Amino acid sequence: MKKVVFIALALILVIGITPLMACGGEEGETTEEYIIGAVLALSGHGSSLGEPEKQTLEMLEDELNAAGGIDGKNIKVIIYDTETDSTTAIIATKRLIEQDNVLAVMGATTSGVSMAMLDTITDAQVPLVSLAASDEIIQPVEQRYWIFKTPQTNSQVVGRLYQYLESQDIDEVAIISATDGFGVLGHGALVGETENWDITIVADETFDPDDTDMTTQLTVIKGYTPEAVICWGTDKGSSVVAKNMQTLQMDMPLLMSHGIASMDFIDAAGDAANGVIFPVGKLPVAELLPDTDPQKDVLLEYKADFEELYGEGSADTFGGHAWDAFKLVTNAIQDLVDEGADVTSAGIRDKLETAQLTGISGVFHMSATDHLGLGPDALTLVEIVDGEWTSAE
Amino acid sequence: MATWQLVQYLVTGITVGSIYAIVGLGFTIIYSVTGIINFAQGEFVMLGGMIAFSLIGLGFPMPVALILAVVLVTLVGIIFNLVAIRPAGRASTITLIIITIGGALFIRAVAGLYWGRDAVALPPFTGDESLSFLGAYILPQSLWVIGITAVLMVGVYLLLNRTLVGKALKAAAINRRAAALVGIDARMMSLVSFALAAATGAVAGVVIAPLSYASYDMGIMLGLKGFVAAAMGGFTGVWGVFLGGLGLGLAESLAAGYISSSYKNAIALIFLFAVLLIRSRRLMVGEEGA
Amino acid sequence: MPHFIRGRGKMLAIATLVVLLSIVPLLGNNYYTSVLLIIGIHAIVTVGLCLLMGYTGQVSLGHAAFYGIGAYIAAILSKTYHVDPWLAMVVAIIATAAFAFAIGFPVFRLRGNYLAMATLGLGIIIWILFRELDWITGGQSGFLDIPTLSIGGFAFDSDFRFYYLVWGFCLAVMFISQNIVGSRMGRAMRAIRDSESASQSLGINATLVKVKILALSAAYAALAGSLYAYYVGFIDPPPFGFLFSIRLVVMAVVGGLASIWGAIFGAASVRLLTEFLHPFGDIDVVLFGLIIVVVMILSPQGVIRGLGDLWRRISRRLTPS
Repeated sequence: MKKVVFIALALILVIGITPLMACGGEEGETTEEYIIGAVLALSGHGSSLGEPEKQTLEMLEDELNAAGGIDGKNIKVIIYDTETDSTTAIIATKRLIEQDNVLAVMGATTSGVSMAMLDTITDAQVPLVSLAASDEIIQPVEQRYWIFKTPQTNSQVVGRLYQYLESQDIDEVAIISATDGFGVLGHGALVGETENWDITIVADETFDPDDTDMTTQLTVIKGYTPEAVICWGTDKGSSVVAKNMQTLQMDMPLLMSHGIASMDFIDAAGDAANGVIFPVGKLPVAELLPDTDPQKDVLLEYKADFEELYGEGSADTFGGHAWDAFKLVTNAIQDLVDEGADVTSAGIRDKLETAQLTGISGVFHMSATDHLGLGPDALTLVEIVDGEWTSAE
Repeated sequence: MATWQLVQYLVTGITVGSIYAIVGLGFTIIYSVTGIINFAQGEFVMLGGMIAFSLIGLGFPMPVALILAVVLVTLVGIIFNLVAIRPAGRASTITLIIITIGGALFIRAVAGLYWGRDAVALPPFTGDESLSFLGAYILPQSLWVIGITAVLMVGVYLLLNRTLVGKALKAAAINRRAAALVGIDARMMSLVSFALAAATGAVAGVVIAPLSYASYDMGIMLGLKGFVAAAMGGFTGVWGVFLGGLGLGLAESLAAGYISSSYKNAIALIFLFAVLLIRSRRLMVGEEGA
Repeated sequence: MPHFIRGRGKMLAIATLVVLLSIVPLLGNNYYTSVLLIIGIHAIVTVGLCLLMGYTGQVSLGHAAFYGIGAYIAAILSKTYHVDPWLAMVVAIIATAAFAFAIGFPVFRLRGNYLAMATLGLGIIIWILFRELDWITGGQSGFLDIPTLSIGGFAFDSDFRFYYLVWGFCLAVMFISQNIVGSRMGRAMRAIRDSESASQSLGINATLVKVKILALSAAYAALAGSLYAYYVGFIDPPPFGFLFSIRLVVMAVVGGLASIWGAIFGAASVRLLTEFLHPFGDIDVVLFGLIIVVVMILSPQGVIRGLGDLWRRISRRLTPS
């Protein structure tokens, strides 16, 4: 019977451990500081995007507190990992809301995980600022009362690509997209936007982002002799596409998505990265912008601050999405404090809905019908030349 | 249906298939000697690529870095055998499978912590200008892959069939107790098989990294494909896995080319499934000699 | 008295567990509640895996697929075809079990390593289908707005309510499993595990027993999957992939492969380790790897049994004989 007693003890231990462990964490004393939460992909498929987001939030937290916080109170950012997994993300969101008593949540990094969090967020009545691309996260807006986001939508990104192609007199393109969430959503936008532009898709292939060879798909594409190839995926798979296209001596322009807008892509693709054109927020080309550009100062400042902490060339637009989210939320808190109103989740939500922000991803004009607030001018085209980002405008 | 496309599919299939064959070779070596499917085989491949990357970063000349990487991974294989496999003794198959899964999780997670999560590139052995061949293109690195695969296959074949160690390995594989009677230490043979499998895995890692990339989690997919190759070969020694790897590579390439790229990986697995079931009777009565 | 309540110790243990479990949601913290709720869902799948792996000796490295099939059938029927969620759940369980039963016959012609491979392959194929059949499953974009369960006007729409539902099911599954293990079926299962050929000479239809247990464990997984779908209200393919199959094996191993109640311990340990160690990077996964290797070498019966043995050894040494 010793065994039975042991099972009992073990179970009690495990069940008992949950509240105990939680006592180790800080119970939210909202009088001391303003607590906001973030759920980011720090492991799993989205982790190359989640990492700069985390670094950005940590940097901004320190900056703001060093400058005296908001109205003398410090801001505290609590970050949990979603593991790019819906289950973990939902639990992390509940932990932020219930245990850490956060005023608002930022994240998730990827679209699928953000979608999985919607119910939890809406039930808890806490505003969410998503860092993921999908339009569905904020639409239909009447069902997404508590949800906002900062990255451009896929259809805007695709629109920018198609606009470029038209300007180059290219109308027959081949697309190759990843089978992960990012690629599938992009694929939908690529196909959907053809209605608005004079673009025909002549070949439509997919690749598994974990695969090590995409020559076959590209050979199929090559057979259709498209005038350009558009690849939609994040850095790892896209780097193989770039390499394999070089191998096959396919010289047509290669366009990609904003999913490769980090130096990791250039590291992984090496020489094959050269010549790739992709649309992205203005951050990578901040130095080249005219002084009249309203974002220029903000961009340069973020870039300088970030690269001082994390190394030359490390700033990317994913961190920028987190910058925008952090500023939107903290500005909302500041506004409430200025008005002498109570700082509540509902108050922050109302402020978010009218927020105006010159940010990293663009100039935001939020409204009750637009929980993103970015126009197509927020995007610019970048070409990789000699392993560096340059403007392709 | 253009001929150059078919040629390109074949070239791709053979290149990729060669890599599957090398990875599968590791599975086959360990399985035939110990009866264990080593789920950590893919991690040996990953370690090969990542360690080579680190060594090149430290300033080692390319050939030295590659050889050193293979040697280091071989050591990892030996350590893995000593700390995880040997202490389990004559545990059941289910226990050994789970142990190697645990080992794979451990190695992968440690690699993720040490190297981070980004993919890294290795320079090609020689040149990156692709060569033209009947309208298809092939990288010099692909030729290296195919060449090294051939050399490895022949080498392992000779090792198993023409040397004393190889005969001891085969003896231990066929009948442990009888082998022990003539002085062959089965535990030593298990160790040797892990060392050999780790070495071949590492070779796969260093030859493939310049073609695609290396990253901490590359072992999952490559391990799986190698395992399918070995299974298609029926674990029947070097030639079986060689044909299994090529068959899988070609099947994948042709299927993605002529049917659909979305189901590329599923096609490989369905293939595996079919092969397993067709062969199941044979496998069960244990006809698969080395 | 049913055989499974043997001795006061065990009754006490289970009573304590039930009391503790019922208290947690009363703490009013949805975080604890949701962690334990997920543990309950995972424990349901794990116990099925224990029956299959621990008691019958048959490996499955693709159990996440059954979990996923259950989740998708329940979600699709209730959302797309407006079937009552309870009915959808029942259909999901029966359909998944039937599917497992059907594939069981060819699959169980394989043993050991080959069985492991086949189940792993099958798991990945089904996962790819979740991803590619996007006109039914929503593919990678996910499947949104799944209705929730309710009885009459009482909807299980909060963590608090859903929690009791999940643990009610979980405990029921535990008792059913405990009964099976102690029955004639259970003896047949163990006979097959210990020696399949010997069991056949005793007149046991080994294949049929194995297929039945596979179907049962698939039914458990489908139950858990549909609960998950109703709880979250959104499903997409990632949670049903290969890595989750492996994680389920970890849960089963930690709890003790041949231990029914251990499944709860295993599911709880894995979830809690992830919960508290993950902020420090992948340290939880490093630990899982280590735990698996150490447990399988030192005490294949699981952590609890291992500790028990250790305790017995120590106490024997301490009591002078």
